[in-house]
Amino acid sequence: MITTEYKKLAQQMKSYALANGCSACRISIHSGTESSFEYRNTQLEQLQQSSQNQLSIVLFVDGRFGSYSSNRMESNELKKFIKNAIAATRYLAADPHRTLPNADRYYKGRDADVDCYDKQYDALPPDAKLQLAKAAVEEIYQTDPHIISIGGSYSDSEWFSYVIDSQGFEGEKAQSSFYISADVSLRGDGNARPESWWYHSALFWEQLRKEGIGKKALERALRKLGQAKIKSGQYPMIVDNMNSNRLLSPLINAMNGESLTQKNSFLIDKLGQPIANAKLTIRDEPHLPKASGSRRFDHEGVATQPRAIIENGILRTYFIDTYNANKMQTEPTISGASILTFNPGDKDVNGLAASLKKGILVTGFNGGNGNSTTGDFSFGVEGFLIENGKLIKPISEMNITGNMLTLWASLAEIGNDAHDWSSWRIPSLLFDGVNFSGL
Amino acid sequence: MKRREFIKTSGIALAGAALLPDFLQGCAPGSKEGMAAMLTHFGVSEGDLKKVMAVALEKGGDYADLFFEHTFFNHISLQDGAVNRAYSNINYGVGVRVVKGDQTGYAYVESSALDEMLKAARTASRIADSATTTAVANVSEQTFANYYPIERSWEGALVQDKASYVQQLNDRCFALDNHVSKVQVSQSDTTSYILLYNSEGMLCYDYKPMVTLSAYCIMENHGKTENYYSGRAFRKGVESLTDDVADTIARQAVEGAKRMFTAVKPKGGELPVVMAAGDSGILLHEAIGHAFEADFNRKNISIFSDLLGKKVCDEHINVVDDGTVIGNRGAINFDDEGTASQKTYIVTNGILTSYLHDRISARHYGLASTGNGRRESFRFAPMPRMRCTYMENGNSTEEEIIAAVKNGIYADNFTNGQVQIGAGNFTFFVKSGYLIENGKLTRPIKDINIIGNGPQALTDITMVGNNLKIDNGTWTCGKNGQSMPVTQGLPSVLVKKLTVGGE
Repeated sequence: MITTEYKKLAQQMKSYALANGCSACRISIHSGTESSFEYRNTQLEQLQQSSQNQLSIVLFVDGRFGSYSSNRMESNELKKFIKNAIAATRYLAADPHRTLPNADRYYKGRDADVDCYDKQYDALPPDAKLQLAKAAVEEIYQTDPHIISIGGSYSDSEWFSYVIDSQGFEGEKAQSSFYISADVSLRGDGNARPESWWYHSALFWEQLRKEGIGKKALERALRKLGQAKIKSGQYPMIVDNMNSNRLLSPLINAMNGESLTQKNSFLIDKLGQPIANAKLTIRDEPHLPKASGSRRFDHEGVATQPRAIIENGILRTYFIDTYNANKMQTEPTISGASILTFNPGDKDVNGLAASLKKGILVTGFNGGNGNSTTGDFSFGVEGFLIENGKLIKPISEMNITGNMLTLWASLAEIGNDAHDWSSWRIPSLLFDGVNFSGL
Repeated sequence: MKRREFIKTSGIALAGAALLPDFLQGCAPGSKEGMAAMLTHFGVSEGDLKKVMAVALEKGGDYADLFFEHTFFNHISLQDGAVNRAYSNINYGVGVRVVKGDQTGYAYVESSALDEMLKAARTASRIADSATTTAVANVSEQTFANYYPIERSWEGALVQDKASYVQQLNDRCFALDNHVSKVQVSQSDTTSYILLYNSEGMLCYDYKPMVTLSAYCIMENHGKTENYYSGRAFRKGVESLTDDVADTIARQAVEGAKRMFTAVKPKGGELPVVMAAGDSGILLHEAIGHAFEADFNRKNISIFSDLLGKKVCDEHINVVDDGTVIGNRGAINFDDEGTASQKTYIVTNGILTSYLHDRISARHYGLASTGNGRRESFRFAPMPRMRCTYMENGNSTEEEIIAAVKNGIYADNFTNGQVQIGAGNFTFFVKSGYLIENGKLTRPIKDINIIGNGPQALTDITMVGNNLKIDNGTWTCGKNGQSMPVTQGLPSVLVKKLTVGGE
């Protein structure tokens, strides 16, 4: 929790900033605790435990803008820091577009809590946590002759924030998170040691899957044995639900207000136009209870609301915060998405694969990047060659290359297997005619 | 102008560092007065250090260290023609690490109050569970060579001077070409004060400056939009903001963006690749550097785990990881566990001669640490990390190397890379380059990924240029959640075969 003492500190710093030359300001305090246990093979490799605090202040001074933060939470030291910050801000150029949001848009705090904090967090015994890291290793230890090394890790955190501004906004958030993962390295051909991993994360201890993480990591590593590149060419491509977010993020970034004002987007002037196959519908659902990404307001205090992002392939919104809305002389929306949901299809990744005569299932990206102004991309990939509906051969050391708009126009089918524990709930996706380069 | 007057008239964003005397800035890390000032700054006595250390070792840890850090970060940036935003941050804390064999206990606090440090020491001590307490050695101050001398510290830099420099860089970009439509410029500086004490009794301190400067240029021409980034980073003071640096960045960003309009994508597949001198060192960083980090080898999960002492490439090839390049982004005076910086040969005459070690891996192999134990901040335990990784010169000219390729790629600018340590597959994204046709550079290329396998790529280096260039880009390396400033360098080289993305 943010203590009463810290809340008072925030109020005190707000008054101090306003009394010393700020015309407006926003102050936030973040406070958190985390612990982690990493186990490798037969011993605990690392344990870590820590807590942290930070005060951040956004200042508006003489039409100028700056943001500042410190983890030195002592009142007199912060005052000195703020005083200098105000003086520094005065040396910048004035920016008429910098304002706090219109106060009508603030979250007013009348709804039920989205409930992202596990109240048992403090009471969980460290030994139970250590045992989970150990168990992730032990469930597969010495179960396969290829195994060289197994790591299991458990970590958790609690994170609190408190935000106030000079227009009277006051908001508070609490979130806990629990995470368990396993990684496995195998003896492969020659000197190669194929590796894979698996994880699960949850906001609540009870939701955390405590078994099967090691087994799944091993299964994913074993199926990589014998990876090789295949002939270059155009193939239908399935991207599984652990990796499909990689293809969506350039699209979401291109919808960002700053990308638009800086002409750093391939989606400029595309609102209301098709940017993807008509099968694609994506929504932002910020208020799902007990869900990762859930929130009532964004970092400006603006109330979040469910909204359509892409509807039947048509772009329905940009993510425009107060500053960029002022710059674009348009209505602001929200600074960013909270929880992305897809209208699902009727097959999981195996069903999608079974439907293909020939194609490639991508189960991992390896580097690559995109051009944010043209939408061109090129990524390293690994996965499986599919023939007659079956995964017949693990592949790696290949690239896919194309353009985001062409790729999303070629979306052929959407899976039904999105993970509900992720804030981007993206299922496996099938695309037609993707350029793969290999041999 | 005296320092005190700077503070009064400049409106610098952060005052904290003014608590420290001037002589700490830019002098060799290790004067008596310097140490006394550092202890005072962190509010600890040698007696406190020993008390905390005794608790850290009370469960029988083999080794422990206390890492004190006070870091000041300042950032200003320009958008739409005006320097209209600033961000500054102060980070202060102490990390306590206890090591038992290969095991680590770690805790940190954001205060150097004795009771808080003792609490952290108690938490970290629990990695060991012996009934015997390890004895604490007497304090002995240690000094190191200084690889980042500065003339003017960032704490003394005037905001308006930095802002006018940033503005000037923006104006240079627009002056170079009338198709430039947007430019974003940013300048950041970091000043870190580090005090380190370990259970062997060693006490030392460091003053670490860093500056990064970059321009991102958007250009429009005939309805098309392209972008290009250029940045430089140094462990240097305010004196590094020269006209020359601004000119270099502006030209690279604008000429890079301009070149993109005529660029094509190559036909994808296996091709010979000529890596241009400079930031092509990303090849070394990804293809071999990470896989040489000894934590991966100690755990036997790197593709190079069985190759120490073996021939891994042509006998004329030497590769180093060097923390002693003056003013370089990857330079360190000592690593974050108190080992002196060094130039480490990792490939000597084609033979893999050394992994990159921290204390834990060095002890595991019965060797001395190579000074690669680095950490992002007091919030993290150190692990083996690269510094400035480069290949020494060979005998060919770049012209000879290009002339040797009938049909291939010349790559000269990169945005990012990645590697799978065990499988050895590495990739890097080529922002720009050229096609090579019949031994000549022809059309520009852009935005393609290249993928290869580390050991294979190393043996496929068939020609090495005589034009080594150490890159001063804004490279940040990520590993296990920790970001680290690094650099790299390469003479032009020919890699016989890599898989090039394309259509």
